[in-house]
Amino acid sequence: MEMENNIIARSNRYNDNNNFQLSVICDADTLRTLIRKKIVRVVDVRKVQEYEREHIPTAVSLPLAQLLAKNTPSEIVECLESLGISDKMPVVVYDDTFGALAARVAWTFQYVGHDNTALLEMTFSQWKNSGLEIEKKINAFPKAQHSLNVNHGIHADASYVEIAKEQPNKILIDSRERLNFLTEHIPGAKNIPYTMIGLANGSILRDSKEIKRLIDNRGISTDSEVITYCGSAGTLSGLTYYALKLAGIKNVKLYSRSFKEWKALGKPKEEFKDANYWDLSAE
Amino acid sequence: MKKSNIHASSKQSNISSQKSTHKWGREEETEIFAQKVKLFRQGKLSEDDFRRFRLQHGAYGSRLHMNYSMVRIKIPSGEIMPEQLDKIASLSEAFSIGSAHVSTRQNIQLHWVQLEDVSEVMRGLVEVGLTTREACGNTVRNVMCSHLAGICPDEVFDATPYAKAIAQFFIRNPMCQNLPRKFKINFACCHKHGLVRIADIGLVPSIKDGMRGFKVYLGGGLGAASFIGHLLEDFTPENKLLSTSMATIRLFDRHGNRENMARNRMRYLVHEMGWDKFQRMVLKERSIVEMTTAASTARLFDIKPAKEEDDRQLSKKAHRMIKVPILNERVNIESPAYERWLHTNVIAQKQEGHFTIFVTLEAGDITANQLRVLAGIIRDFSAEGTARNTPHQNFAIRYVKANDLPEFYSKLASIGLANSGALTIASAVGCSGTTSCNLAITNSHRLAKEVQRNLLELGIDTDDSLRDSTIKISGCPNSCGQHEIATIGFFGGASRIGSAMAPTYTMLFGGSAGEHGELGRTIMRVPAKRVIDTIHKIIEIYKQEKRGSETLNQWIDMIMKGEGIGSIKDIENIKAILTPVTQLPSTDQDPELYTDYGTDTKFSAKTARGECAA
Repeated sequence: MEMENNIIARSNRYNDNNNFQLSVICDADTLRTLIRKKIVRVVDVRKVQEYEREHIPTAVSLPLAQLLAKNTPSEIVECLESLGISDKMPVVVYDDTFGALAARVAWTFQYVGHDNTALLEMTFSQWKNSGLEIEKKINAFPKAQHSLNVNHGIHADASYVEIAKEQPNKILIDSRERLNFLTEHIPGAKNIPYTMIGLANGSILRDSKEIKRLIDNRGISTDSEVITYCGSAGTLSGLTYYALKLAGIKNVKLYSRSFKEWKALGKPKEEFKDANYWDLSAE
Repeated sequence: MKKSNIHASSKQSNISSQKSTHKWGREEETEIFAQKVKLFRQGKLSEDDFRRFRLQHGAYGSRLHMNYSMVRIKIPSGEIMPEQLDKIASLSEAFSIGSAHVSTRQNIQLHWVQLEDVSEVMRGLVEVGLTTREACGNTVRNVMCSHLAGICPDEVFDATPYAKAIAQFFIRNPMCQNLPRKFKINFACCHKHGLVRIADIGLVPSIKDGMRGFKVYLGGGLGAASFIGHLLEDFTPENKLLSTSMATIRLFDRHGNRENMARNRMRYLVHEMGWDKFQRMVLKERSIVEMTTAASTARLFDIKPAKEEDDRQLSKKAHRMIKVPILNERVNIESPAYERWLHTNVIAQKQEGHFTIFVTLEAGDITANQLRVLAGIIRDFSAEGTARNTPHQNFAIRYVKANDLPEFYSKLASIGLANSGALTIASAVGCSGTTSCNLAITNSHRLAKEVQRNLLELGIDTDDSLRDSTIKISGCPNSCGQHEIATIGFFGGASRIGSAMAPTYTMLFGGSAGEHGELGRTIMRVPAKRVIDTIHKIIEIYKQEKRGSETLNQWIDMIMKGEGIGSIKDIENIKAILTPVTQLPSTDQDPELYTDYGTDTKFSAKTARGECAA
């Protein structure tokens, strides 16, 4: 008990409302303490059936598909309210793929103004296999009040990207795998596949020092503005978004509708046609 | 050292886990590489200088796209540890395309790595003791060793420690950092296996008067003009191995043609100078090397002996190599697929009770997940605890007990690695071709995969009369696919009819590897999309023509000598009978033939400056 208090106290991370202020990633120990103190909302983005089977204690279910079906920021805020999330409450999101789905949900929360959101450092399976607590009971919380405060600074739409790709100080990152990138991508985009910053053996993202080095190798400074996109729903690029934040880049935007929309709008693309690189894959 | 009772349980505890791995990689090189990339990007380093530097560190430019590299990982003697396979799996996922490639010189390649990430790949490799250093460039390339060294019943001793010692001596050695061109050293196990006649230095283990040594062949190599290596002397004792190698390299360094890129390999030097003269020079240079090499230098040449037989708790050796057509009663999988796989992918080693298993890859490609499962399989089943890559672009896992074969097969099958045919004509070799090489004209890589799939589908691998034949495919005349040492070889080019171009291969017959290897000879041209039909036609004709028990390989040899027994007597005859299937029709008649494999677009030969020379 004392040790837990120390963990919380040591970090000096309480905001004005005396809520614990999360950073980009939340580690398992911190989350367990916050759960025990009942001062966090845990959000499970897996399918409902998976949630009903078992989940992290006190978690509420919000399947990604359900969130993506919402069309306006105010609908998303309603969603937050129905999950009992108030303005400054710490929210930790997890999934059971490799963090991309959780990232997309977490980003959406931050987009509508819920800044105090973090990703759990590991997936559900990793949590369970570490022997940590799980429960079956469905959790519900009384409706809360949440204000709407859209953070446009973390979002990019197609027209923004169209202009940005011509600007030297703005960097466009394609988060898809290499072969997909080579096949076609937004002109001027650089490829940082999600596999480069994720799939990190027991956690969803690599160490911040490593990510920083990868970014630095590419000549991207923490002062740059970076826009990331992927194939369709902004999940892979969501994970990359958080990787970049973890590496200390302050200005990161997500082009959430991604390449699917870009193509559908008939916008220009770059294709590398001079090599049969797909034939190198053993899939 | 951990000893285990192999006969008790079927899971091997890894006796060799304490094997100390030489650390081939150096961490500081990864940082220097990262810095150089930055300088290059800032325009502070010229393209030429940067290219020379990056090649020295094993990063080839990817086809027509200089932002990407193929990273070539040296696997000295082709011997690889499970943790190294695990690491390569992770690196391929993070920085490449999620698959890795086994090359014809026992390297492992990661394709389409962004230039900025090459230093990260190098960093990961250093962690597991691997390196990319001098895998490319004008240096001593990966030193090959027969994947059967140590288990071959015909070998007189295991060449592996010698191959490793040579590799260790020359890597980063100032004397070979800037040779006129690349330099290749290949060790064999015996006269049958190994690629000794097509290397700058080829070595076959030999024993004379109770002393170990080698038959050393110099000046071989494949490419635009190919030559077979010449025997230096009757017998080169092991204590002259280093001095002979040093002498040869020094001569090459001094006399090789640095002006003419098309003629700067050592084989051209030997050819121009004449073998007699070159031979005398090597022997003379060797004496000088022996007299002038400091003891401290010579001590850098360190032959760590192969693990003694007792350490592996093996019973006495059987001196015959017995194939495994039927296994004993303890084996309990009953399936035709398993039986077929046993027949084409498993051989008995000279060490009684132990077997070597070949994993058939498609043109050497393997996914990250497959690599991880393979690593686990090696840990569980190989008493040796390592695997070898083979020049046929497959893996060989040795020292496996008979009891474990069914489970081994099941594990392979669960991950899609249980294709049969590794030791047969079906296991076609293909270089990268247009998937990633600047010099490629055709998609040899894909064609090799298509050939293998087709032959396996039709069960050609189960036909023992075809077993000792090989098919090798290159995407251009430079022979990275080693088409000249194949029974049936192909190299890529283009044909033109009117204004249309078609991908076309030149077909050769009659090549062979081993100590008495020969180069194949050109027969005729075959449209790319007709290669598979042509192969079947050749097999069909052979079946009609054969008179006794001669294999396809033997039959082709006879034809090449003009000594065919049936109605097909010589090359002219075979050309005539193959003409219908190899003819190139017009675009209207068959537009398919005017596109290559792997693409819908009309074929055109697109090449750029090769990276094979620094």
